[in-house]
Amino acid sequence: MTPSPKGQCVVEFSGVSKSFGDLKAVDDISFEIQGGEFFSILGPSGCGKTTTLRLLAGFEQPDEDGGEVKLLGQTVNKKRPYERQIAMVFQNYALFPHLTVAKNVAFGLEQRKTPKHEIGDRVRRALEMVRLKPEVFLKRMPGQLSGGQRQRVALARALVLEPTILLLDEPLGAIDLKLRKEMQLELKALNKQLGTTFVYVTHDQEEALTMSDRIAVMDNARVAQLGTPAEIYENPRTAFVAKFIGESNFFEGQARERSNSRWQIGQVGETSFQVPHHPSLEEGCEVRIAVRPEWMDVFKPDAIPPGENALIGTIRDIIYLGETMHVIVTVPGSGDVTVAVRNEGQLIKPLTWKKGDAAAVAWLPEDCQILEKD
Amino acid sequence: MAGRERALAWLYSKPEARAWALLAPGGFWLLLFFLVPLLIMFVYSFMPRGIYGGVEPGFTLEHYARFFDPLYLEVLQRTFVWSIACTVICLVLGYPVAYLIVRGGRWRTLLLFLVVLPFWTSFLVRTFAMIFLMRDTGLINNWLLKLGLIGQPLSMLYTPFAVMAGLVYGFLPFMILPIYASLEKLDPSLLEAAEVLGARPRARFQKVTLPLSMPGVVAGCLLVFIPALGSFLTSDLLGGAKEMMIGNLVQNQFSSARNWPFGSAASFIVMALVLAAVMIYLRVKDKNTGEAGSK
Amino acid sequence: MNLRPPPWLIAVSVAVYLFLHLPILVLVVFSFNSSKFSVDWRGFTFQWYHRLLERPDILRGLKVSLVVGVAATVISAVLGTLLALALARHRFRGRRAFEGFLYVPIVTPEIVTGISLLMLFALMKFPLGVTTITIAHVAFCISFVVIVVLARLEGMDENLEEAAMILGADEITTFWKITVPQLWPGILAGALLAFTMSFDDFIITSFVSGSGSSTLPIVVYSMVRKNVEPSINAISTIILVVTAFLIYFADRLLQEK
Repeated sequence: MTPSPKGQCVVEFSGVSKSFGDLKAVDDISFEIQGGEFFSILGPSGCGKTTTLRLLAGFEQPDEDGGEVKLLGQTVNKKRPYERQIAMVFQNYALFPHLTVAKNVAFGLEQRKTPKHEIGDRVRRALEMVRLKPEVFLKRMPGQLSGGQRQRVALARALVLEPTILLLDEPLGAIDLKLRKEMQLELKALNKQLGTTFVYVTHDQEEALTMSDRIAVMDNARVAQLGTPAEIYENPRTAFVAKFIGESNFFEGQARERSNSRWQIGQVGETSFQVPHHPSLEEGCEVRIAVRPEWMDVFKPDAIPPGENALIGTIRDIIYLGETMHVIVTVPGSGDVTVAVRNEGQLIKPLTWKKGDAAAVAWLPEDCQILEKD
Repeated sequence: MAGRERALAWLYSKPEARAWALLAPGGFWLLLFFLVPLLIMFVYSFMPRGIYGGVEPGFTLEHYARFFDPLYLEVLQRTFVWSIACTVICLVLGYPVAYLIVRGGRWRTLLLFLVVLPFWTSFLVRTFAMIFLMRDTGLINNWLLKLGLIGQPLSMLYTPFAVMAGLVYGFLPFMILPIYASLEKLDPSLLEAAEVLGARPRARFQKVTLPLSMPGVVAGCLLVFIPALGSFLTSDLLGGAKEMMIGNLVQNQFSSARNWPFGSAASFIVMALVLAAVMIYLRVKDKNTGEAGSK
Repeated sequence: MNLRPPPWLIAVSVAVYLFLHLPILVLVVFSFNSSKFSVDWRGFTFQWYHRLLERPDILRGLKVSLVVGVAATVISAVLGTLLALALARHRFRGRRAFEGFLYVPIVTPEIVTGISLLMLFALMKFPLGVTTITIAHVAFCISFVVIVVLARLEGMDENLEEAAMILGADEITTFWKITVPQLWPGILAGALLAFTMSFDDFIITSFVSGSGSSTLPIVVYSMVRKNVEPSINAISTIILVVTAFLIYFADRLLQEK
């Protein structure tokens, strides 16, 4: 079992659907995963991400005419989990309670009829890879380990097989914050070091953004958007993605007229803003955009920089967040708009804004994310 | 190994076949040795009595009709009344014990074991223990005589008192365990919340503990009432011929009285009462689903 | 919050515990009493226990009880485990009905089960004896085994079997290497409980044993009916001690995770 061939497609889902009775857990999803990638499937509970992983592992089968799951070019719809050369780390680790750590880690090797002398060495190296001292841990039972240690053993048990593809089902969920951040970096490092393709399921968007090469954001049994962390964060395609990842402000209007490469979007009332041209725009169509708080700024209504979109409203609240300050401005017709302003030290250089002040929120037209219909 | 592969392929392809293969041996056993006998009994209860006590071909309702005879009605009534009385007494005695076990802290395992043990001990042995204590030459009389509290031995055995004592003694653990299980699931923070809201201990019990332990209470009552209805040993050994319960009536028909169809009919009446009690229980349980207040 | 129980509660509970255990304690104590007829304590002796060994009916009864017990336990353990596996791991039509059906033997009064089986065997012209007793015992033990094993199965982490499969073990290997070791304490506990119930059973056995083969409880019953002598206390004590051990072990097995 060698590391994933880089640049080659190792996993392919084409039009895969999976239903449980009347409920469609996965609805016609398609994507490809490249060799060596750290690929995350991100979404809220119930979006279908775990089902997708289980389809990949072989614990579920696609519906009768529910598409194809391909591993390394081969269709594996009907293949049992033990026939697919895939390794997996479970959410609650699933260590065999009646076997020692050594036996747990060796289990997969034994199933493959690896020669005994080789097993001992590989188990040791796997434990070292996850930073568990073999002398200490080989003879322990899972019941004697802490959560973090169990997680590492589960990882070792999977990695010892030198798999092409490793599935991880929210493995860091039960671990406390500080250890979680450490493990995130370790997993990322292992991915690069071993060249194994990681398929990682999580509901934590920060985690996905930190670790992944690419993210598939799932919503309601479908893939809402697939892209790199930067693409997902900076160019969200739907309102769901814009809301689920980070924070967004939403503005709506109707496309009025086009001049050069800009469209004028008119809102109810007299206000309007500009967006760059986009193929989907035509005169009269409804437009909805998202703008992230950190791309916006607050100005005095009479001191708006030229060339920027601006809407005038009243400051409702100012929230101290440490690194940033959130200034919440109520804009008639658009609701509460959140602007993230860098905190340069409220004790030395405090913001001059107060609740109730009239203020304008402004942002560059280029920073408008035009959203697709959900 | 081709055999193994074929077995696996078969296992994988027909999930329902797998299930039925697992169910077949046990299911068949229960079908043949539990269900079929009950059906036979049901059919026999409608057939006329044969010469040697068995059955003859035919259809009759006479065996069921006999139950309108005051003699047998009395048996039915006694069985019913005693079963209910036994259930009530067990509830009154058992609830405090269950409550104590839950509050027992480190004694909990021991206290629980001391209830579980009689639960599993031979009913015959336990009934004999009662005889040993209560008979005219038994321990209780012996000591009462010695202490000069009575002049002549008290006739405790072969009285309704003896049967009731025996029934309660026999079934008390059946009441304690389900109530314990129910109380054990009770979330202590609910009681703390009630206390913070100003409820005194009695109110806390009445308004929080008691209602939430109801599933256990109902289960316990059922677990006592049902076997009490069908009980036979207790009234046989402690009650003698006078204090007959339906169980004894049935047993009689298969020994001295030799009337199998009548015995079957009596059996069926007991079964009907038991099933009615179970139905009521399931109804009440369904109403209470929504395990609010459990951990 | 004060969790200590009030004194009256402790008093009532102590009384109830005494009520539950005193009769048995008395029984046991007096099995060592050297007086045959009187309930006065005359001295400590093992003579009644020795007497038991001299009684062929007791020894025969014990032998029959053991044979039936072991046979019934093994059969009901196997059948019950298979049933529990089917109920826990598979979805099939009529599942809920089957589960309900499984509980009926538990609520059915023993007298009803006893006579209905007697009538079955009479109809089949099957001679009453050790075989019929064993058949009857299996019939009422299966449900208990199912309950115990099912509880264990449902508490078991389903991911364990999936983990084994993704590590390369097929269904059969997974079953033997992962499911069974996990299940084993439950199966053993169910078996111990089944044995206890078979060993102690009187009512059902009395109907299906016929005149030839008597189990220990049947011998004891006739002893109780005929005359009351301390030998009954002795055999009762033995039965109690055996039961206590079996239940203690079953309890420990079920506590183990």
